[in-house]
Amino acid sequence: MVADVAGAVVVPTERASVQSGGRPASGRPVARRRRTLVAYLFLAPFLILFGTFVITPAIFGLWISLTDWSPFREVQTFVGLANFIALFDPNSTTSADFWQSMGATAIFVVASVPFLVVIPLFVAVLLNRKLRGATVFRTVFFAPYVLGVAIVGVIWSYIFDTQSGILNHILGLLGLPDDIPWVVDVPWVWVSLVGVTVWWTAGLNTVIFLAGMKGINGDLYEAASLDGAGAWRSFWSVTIPGLRPVMLFITTTTILASANMFGQSYLLTAGGPGNATRTAIMYIADQGLSQNNMAPASAMSYILFAILAVISVINFRLQRERSEKGAS
Amino acid sequence: MTTSLAPARRTSPRRAASRTLLYAVLGFLTLVVVFPLVWMVLTSFKTDADAVRNPYSLPNPFSTEAYQTLLLSGQQPIFLWLWNSFAAATIQTVLILATASMAAYALARLDFAGKKIVFGLIIATLLVPPVVFLIPNYLIVENFGWLDTILAITVPGAAGAFGVFFLRQFFLGLPVEVEEAARIDGAGEFRIFVQVALPLAKPALATLAVLSFLGNWNDFLWPVYVLLSPENMTLQPGLAMLQGAYRTHFAIVMAGAVIASVPVLVLFALAQRQIVDSVAGAAVKG
Repeated sequence: MVADVAGAVVVPTERASVQSGGRPASGRPVARRRRTLVAYLFLAPFLILFGTFVITPAIFGLWISLTDWSPFREVQTFVGLANFIALFDPNSTTSADFWQSMGATAIFVVASVPFLVVIPLFVAVLLNRKLRGATVFRTVFFAPYVLGVAIVGVIWSYIFDTQSGILNHILGLLGLPDDIPWVVDVPWVWVSLVGVTVWWTAGLNTVIFLAGMKGINGDLYEAASLDGAGAWRSFWSVTIPGLRPVMLFITTTTILASANMFGQSYLLTAGGPGNATRTAIMYIADQGLSQNNMAPASAMSYILFAILAVISVINFRLQRERSEKGAS
Repeated sequence: MTTSLAPARRTSPRRAASRTLLYAVLGFLTLVVVFPLVWMVLTSFKTDADAVRNPYSLPNPFSTEAYQTLLLSGQQPIFLWLWNSFAAATIQTVLILATASMAAYALARLDFAGKKIVFGLIIATLLVPPVVFLIPNYLIVENFGWLDTILAITVPGAAGAFGVFFLRQFFLGLPVEVEEAARIDGAGEFRIFVQVALPLAKPALATLAVLSFLGNWNDFLWPVYVLLSPENMTLQPGLAMLQGAYRTHFAIVMAGAVIASVPVLVLFALAQRQIVDSVAGAAVKG
């Protein structure tokens, strides 16, 4: 998608003046120059911010990744792709740790995304029926999201406590094992991290699904029920096709959010046990900002970016194909 | 309670049963969502020993010891964190609304040389994950002398492309006739923007305000690294620090969590319709 946009940029800009804007393009160069000046005055405040904190760091970050940057050194030397190559060299100091953190990120994405899509979809279907109190339920389910990850992480780290946590106490009362190391040992740490993320953000996806469902033409459900379709059938042949654009949005944003997971691991497991839940973002931030390994960390962030871009494109293609098949 | 909510109309037993099941499921989910919050409040009113020994009982004795320890210690200025969080989120939201609305108006309504390049550049950055900017932006902010100040957590975050993209879409959907009429009357471009376009864009501005506020409020990684001293922290890194300082004192950390979450939940309850509709609407339309 980035490439498409970049392609569009090359189009000669002279022609742009003809389109939209409502005002007929005047040929007088003085008027044209004045219009351009006015437009850039409107753009200036944003472009100053955008140039300083988006364009500059994007280029600066790439430059750092191509040098032996260190905050303790006066002069930085260009080292080409050495930082990138080192990440693929099993003997380098950072490569094993980096790929372990990428693996942890992958585990979390694969384990969390299905729940973060299916549970909200299910809840949205329930709330989309004519129902007293639907707004109240919607509000309650959304509420954890506004708390922010720190409050959520702090509360749950005590609920999960192996000895004194209420979760193990409740399990004990039910006659189940009461010594589960929720935030201490694999695989339980993953269960906890996914569970907390679902508790925290499922409401967000739920309200987005609900808004998508409100946009589906009610006549389609009526037609389906006239054809003898039950609830299950009309879910698959009306709701799901009607939700396609929303589904693409939710899967894309949820994959990206899970791939950028940081706070939950930071607060609940501190990346443990033995770095098992240290995510890529956590490792990059630690290397770049705490260990002053800025050059390798910048290279890592670009590799993560490239992988996420590929996944987004694949997801986009897959869903488009499915919708084309569905249409035919 | 669940059955009494069912419509009074005559319904078949099967329908009534499915209604009961529906409310049972929703009731269970509500319990799952609400229980940790109730537990947080209950625990905050326990003594330390009671909290560890009896995690599921009511406070016995009922105690405000945790709140007193937390507020009197002076080590964890939690009300200051609350204030900092509100201030940072508000400043960033105002900054985004002001800069993005002007830029979006120019991109939607004005013709000028370089328009496609500018718009293409803005859109291209929409898909870049924030981690790419993390290290270079830290160095830039450090160079500006902004580390450990409110500038670090308000200004760089206002540079994102989303607001411009979102408002441009909205302006494109507005009819141009009113603006044209004002233009024929000789109104300048800035007056048209302020007096005609902005009032029409109120719903979109409100939505963007909610999204920006929530985004800043929930930001965790960046403030953890750029804020250093306790008095400059926002709630998110502050609570993480609180947890580190009182790791084994359940009641004290929960008292902190209560103080941090009550204002947020009250604000959310007051504006829930606007907040939920904003988040959902922006996703579905955007």
